[in-house]
Amino acid sequence: FAEFDDAANLLAANPDATTISIDEPVEIPKNQHSRLQEPGREEDDELLGTDDSDKTELLAGQKKSAPFWTFEYYQTFFDVDTYQVLDRIKGSVFPVPGKNFVRLYIRSNPDLYGPFWICATLVFTIAVSGNLSNFFIHLGKPTYHYVPEFRKVSIAATTIYAYAWLVPLALWGFLMWRNSKVMNIVSYSFLEIVCVYGYSLFIYIPTAILWIIPQNVVRWVLVVFSLCLSGSVLVMTFWPAVRDDNRRIAVATVATILLLHALLAVGCLAYFFDAPELDIPVPIIPAHNGTTVVTKSH
Amino acid sequence: FPGLADVSISQDIPVEGEITVPVGSQSPDEDYSTLDEPVKDTIMRDLKAVGKKFVHVMYPRKSSALLRDWDLWGPLVLCVSLALMLQGGSADSKDDGGPQFAEVFVIIWFGAVVITLNSKLLGGTISFFQSLCVLGYCVLPLTVAMLVCRLVLLASAGTISFIIRLIVVGAMFGWSTLASTAFLADSQPPNRKALVVYPIFLFYFVISWMILTFTPQ
Repeated sequence: FAEFDDAANLLAANPDATTISIDEPVEIPKNQHSRLQEPGREEDDELLGTDDSDKTELLAGQKKSAPFWTFEYYQTFFDVDTYQVLDRIKGSVFPVPGKNFVRLYIRSNPDLYGPFWICATLVFTIAVSGNLSNFFIHLGKPTYHYVPEFRKVSIAATTIYAYAWLVPLALWGFLMWRNSKVMNIVSYSFLEIVCVYGYSLFIYIPTAILWIIPQNVVRWVLVVFSLCLSGSVLVMTFWPAVRDDNRRIAVATVATILLLHALLAVGCLAYFFDAPELDIPVPIIPAHNGTTVVTKSH
Repeated sequence: FPGLADVSISQDIPVEGEITVPVGSQSPDEDYSTLDEPVKDTIMRDLKAVGKKFVHVMYPRKSSALLRDWDLWGPLVLCVSLALMLQGGSADSKDDGGPQFAEVFVIIWFGAVVITLNSKLLGGTISFFQSLCVLGYCVLPLTVAMLVCRLVLLASAGTISFIIRLIVVGAMFGWSTLASTAFLADSQPPNRKALVVYPIFLFYFVISWMILTFTPQ
């Protein structure tokens, strides 16, 4: 009776198909026909990802039905398994051209676990790496006394959490405002934007560890590389949301997103990591009154 | 207690507690009230419970004593002693020194609360204070490491002492993480265990970093 089971499953997947339930030779071409149809249908769903906003927003509304003062409401934001978190991290580091991060990975199940713990890890990684890098740079000097620089942890925490929560808030508000003016804009929910930004910060964790290497060239190459990767994820997420708008506003929005992302990277590099010493032999310049002055260039 | 359904109790843990059966006369002379006992007994009972939990942390095996009879005295004592030992660090200016007492205190307690909330939001079955109790007690190996570091720094402050401190702090960090994971991991849904263990790892890493970078003036 396996054939009847197959027919039932195919019928459930493809309810519009006409069924002839008597003769076996007639069922076989129907099976082949439906199987050929299914991969095509899945492809359409992927390409039409940005137009599915109505359906996904309805589904999202159905999920979070608990009132906001109960614990269950917040549990819906942590409804992810380990492999899902790892997939989302992978998707933020290896951007697939043409695929939207939100549609592909988040699929109306935004989580707060990833953004929160990636930001926490990034805060401590930057503080610890900055401290280590300064230690190695100043190691040989006789007047150097090691300090743990613990204040910088709180500064790092404020900066990174502000970036990860206030910029999505501003972006969401902006998209809502444009949505009220231009009808066709795809709008993401606030949590989805927070999710994208949180996961896009993941690339800065290995970057911050590699910033310990005291070479300027290496550091700037790392900045550009990580900016390209996570910036492209952000651009591919938000370009479909604004491309139906006025051309100049769309370009300005995407440019601002990238600029803020770059500013975060460059600012962290400048503040937490001291400039590495250059290996230039020290010239001795005789001063006017005959004493020798030793100058050292940084 | 759904989370304790599959906890196995090893044989050498004494079962303690009182079973009072309310049959017979209700006269107050027959009830044993802790108001009447000497103060020394009351204090010793709590001290013994705390000490027993310290032993359970140092030799972690599956036991329910830490979870069932939670208390926060041990974590408080450990946190205060760790914060006190981290004082006296070098500070040329106030901005460059090590963590202050309040910062250590806040990091430990706020960190433990956040990890507990995280595990509960992910669907864990452990109660709030049980988790705080376990996380606080598992700071014990790191407090021992801090003590050892201070003693080593009294002797010398060179590279050898740094290597010794690194090894000791690293070993105690591993011990803390493994101990707390052994107690907490069973109450999590199986496909989210890594999501719960990682914040615990980060928490003890930050405390270990604070201990390792302590430099006396």
